[in-house]
Amino acid sequence: MPVAPSPSLPVAVPLVVAAALVVGNVRPHRRLADGVAIACALAVTALCVLLLVGSLRAPIVYWFGGWAPRQGIPIGVDFAVDPLGAGLASLSSLLVSAAMLFSWRYFTEIGQLYAALMMVFLAAMVAFCLTGDLFDLFVFFELMGVAGFALAGYEIEEPGPLQGAINFGVTNTVGGFMTLTGIGLLYGRTGALNLAEIGRALARHPPDGLLVVSLLLVSCGFLVKAAVVPFHFWLPDAHAVAPTPVCILFSGVMVELGLYGVWRVYWTVFAPSLGQARTLTGLLLAVGCLTSLVGAVECFLQQHLKRLLAFSTISHAGMFLVGTALLSPAGLAGTAVYVAGHGGVKASLFLCVGILMHRFRTIDAARLKGRGARLPLVGGLFALGGLALGGLPPFGTALGKELIEDASARAHLGGIAAVLTVATVLTGAAVLREAGHVFLGIGRLQRRPLHEIQGPETGGPRGRTPPVMVVPAVGLLAAGLAVGVLPGFAAGVEAAALRFVDSGAYAAAVLQGVSPPAPAAAPTAGTGVPEPGTVVLSGASAAGAVLLALLSLYAAPPLRRLWRGLRGVRFVGWLRRLQSGDVTDYVAWLVLGTAIYGVVLALALR
Amino acid sequence: MNQLITWLPFGVAAWLFMAGLYGIVTSRHLVHLIVCLSVVQSSTYVLLLAVGYRTGALAPVLVDVPAGTPTVDPIVQALCLTDVVVEVTVMAVLLALAVQAHKRFGTADPARLRPQRG
Repeated sequence: MPVAPSPSLPVAVPLVVAAALVVGNVRPHRRLADGVAIACALAVTALCVLLLVGSLRAPIVYWFGGWAPRQGIPIGVDFAVDPLGAGLASLSSLLVSAAMLFSWRYFTEIGQLYAALMMVFLAAMVAFCLTGDLFDLFVFFELMGVAGFALAGYEIEEPGPLQGAINFGVTNTVGGFMTLTGIGLLYGRTGALNLAEIGRALARHPPDGLLVVSLLLVSCGFLVKAAVVPFHFWLPDAHAVAPTPVCILFSGVMVELGLYGVWRVYWTVFAPSLGQARTLTGLLLAVGCLTSLVGAVECFLQQHLKRLLAFSTISHAGMFLVGTALLSPAGLAGTAVYVAGHGGVKASLFLCVGILMHRFRTIDAARLKGRGARLPLVGGLFALGGLALGGLPPFGTALGKELIEDASARAHLGGIAAVLTVATVLTGAAVLREAGHVFLGIGRLQRRPLHEIQGPETGGPRGRTPPVMVVPAVGLLAAGLAVGVLPGFAAGVEAAALRFVDSGAYAAAVLQGVSPPAPAAAPTAGTGVPEPGTVVLSGASAAGAVLLALLSLYAAPPLRRLWRGLRGVRFVGWLRRLQSGDVTDYVAWLVLGTAIYGVVLALALR
Repeated sequence: MNQLITWLPFGVAAWLFMAGLYGIVTSRHLVHLIVCLSVVQSSTYVLLLAVGYRTGALAPVLVDVPAGTPTVDPIVQALCLTDVVVEVTVMAVLLALAVQAHKRFGTADPARLRPQRG
C-alpha cells in the first residue's frame, strides 16, 4: 500500500508554477515555460493517481493547518478525497498534459500567460474535485471559470473568440451568483460550510421551502457550466472558438465538472434530508433527455467542425444528466464510466480538428472536402472517434451508455435506452459524415463555405504534421478505448459510486475520522458487466451512425430534400434561431429556466 | 416592526438580484451589462451580511472586550471578502473583453456582436 501524498500538493504545485511563470521573465524561453508546464501537469497527474489509489480503501481527509474537528464539529477547511473525485482530478490533469504537449508545436507564437493560465485552470479543476467545503467549491468553481474565460478569449483580436468569451463569462458568472446565494441561504440555516456538517444539520428538520430554494439555486448554478437546456447556449459559442488545446479541457472535463458539483452537493448535503426523491428523478430525466436530443439535432446540422463537436458535448452532457437522474449508484457509475470514455474520445477528436487547422488553416468542412486525404492516420483517428461517439463497443463511451441503460431498465425506465440511442446515432453520424467528406472526399454534399470569424490560431510550416501533435490524439483515443476494455475498471467505478452516494459514511469519515467498512455489494450494483442485450444495442447504434452518415453523404437528391425539409421543420429552424449569439438572450433563458425548474421542484417536493 | 427589520435585508437582496438580472437581460451596452452583473453580485453581499447579523452585537474585533461578548458572525464577513476578491477578477476580465470588443467591432451592443449564431 503506497503512502498517499498530501491532497494539497496537486493544487499547490500548479499554482506555484503559474505564479513563477508570470513573475519569471520566460518570454524569450518559450520552450522552457512549456516544458515546465508539461512537467507540472504530468506530476499533478501522478499525484492525483496516487490519491486515487490511496483513497480506494477509505476516503483521505485532509484538514488545512491541522484544524481537525473537535467533538464532531469542524472548525477548519478540508479536502475529502474519494475515488470518484480523485478519478475526475486525474482525468483533468491528464487532459491538461495532453493539451500542453499538443501546444508545443501547434502555436508558433503564444504569450507567456498561456501556460500560466493553463496551470491555474488545472489547479482549480483539481481543487474543485477534492474539496469538502461548500464555499471552497464555489471559489474553485469561479477560479476555473475566470481562467476559462481568459483562455476562451485568448485570441483577443478575433471577433469569434471575443463573442465566445463574453457569452461564456457573463452566463457562467450569473450561474456562480446563483450558487453563492444558495450557499448563503444554507449557511444561514445551518451555520456550517462543511458539506458533511450541512448535511447532518439539514437532516434534523423535515425538508422545507428554504431547502428547495437552495437546492435549486446551487444546482442551477452548476448546471450552467454543465450546459443543460436551457442554460446551454454559451457552450458552442465558446467551444467553437477557444484555442483547440483549450477545447479539449472545456469539452473533455469542464462541462462534466459542473455535473460533478451537483453530484457532490446532492449526495452530501441534500440526500440525507430528501432521501430517494423519485420526483427529482422525473425532473432531471426530462431535462437530460431534452438536452441530449437538442444537442444531437444541432450537432447534426453543423459544418464548422469545432462547433459540431461542441454541440455533441451538449448532447453528452444531457446523457450524463440522465445517468445522474436515476440517483442510484449504478446510474452514477455508468455516468462516471461514460465521462471517462467521452473525455478521451472527445479530446482526441478535438486534437484531430486542431491538426486539420494546422495543415489547412480552416476547419470549415465545406472548404476541406477531400483535402484531408493527405492525413490518413488523422482520418482514421477521426473516424474511430466518430464510431466511439456512435457507441461502438468496446469503447468506454459504449460501456458507459450500456451501464446507464441497464440501470434505467432496472428502475423500470426502459424508454431511456431509446433516447440515448437516438442521441448517440445522431452525434456519431455527424462526425462520421465529416470524416467521409473531409478525409475521403466522398459524397455529394453541396455546402456553402462559412464566413470565417477567426483567423488561423496556429502557424509555422504546414508541410508535415509534427508527431508531438499526433501522439496525444492517439493516446487519448487509446485511453477512451482502455476505459472500456480494462478488466475491473467498471467494477471499480461501481464500488466507488457506492461509496460516493453513502452520505452517512462520508459524514462519519469527515467529522469523526471514522473510516467506514467497505460497503457490502448492494443489490443494485452489478459487476461492471453490461447485459448482452444492451451491448447489441450499442453495436446497432454504431452501425446506425455509419448508415446515417452514408445516407447524408450519398443519397443526394432525396436526402437533400429531406435535409432541406429538416431545416424547414419548424422545430429545427427554431432551435437554430434560439442560438442567437446575443448574451442577453442567453441570460433571459437562464432566468426562465431556473424559474420553471423552481416551480416544478416546489410542486414535486411539496 | 422587528419582523420587518429582520426580513428587510433579505428583501433587499432579492430585489437587487432581480433588478441586476433585469438590467442584464435588457442591456444594450457591454459596460452597462457588466455593471448590472456587479449589482447582482451586491445582492450576495447583502444576503451574507444579513445572515450573520446579530442584534446588539459588536463587530468581531476581539480586542479589549470581555470574553463572551456577543459579536456578529465573522465567517460571513470573510466570505464577503473572498467573494469581492474572486468577482473583482471576473469583472476585470469581462471589462477587458468589453473594451476589446468595442475596438474590434466599433460597438459594445451585445445584439450587434454576434459573428456566430445558429
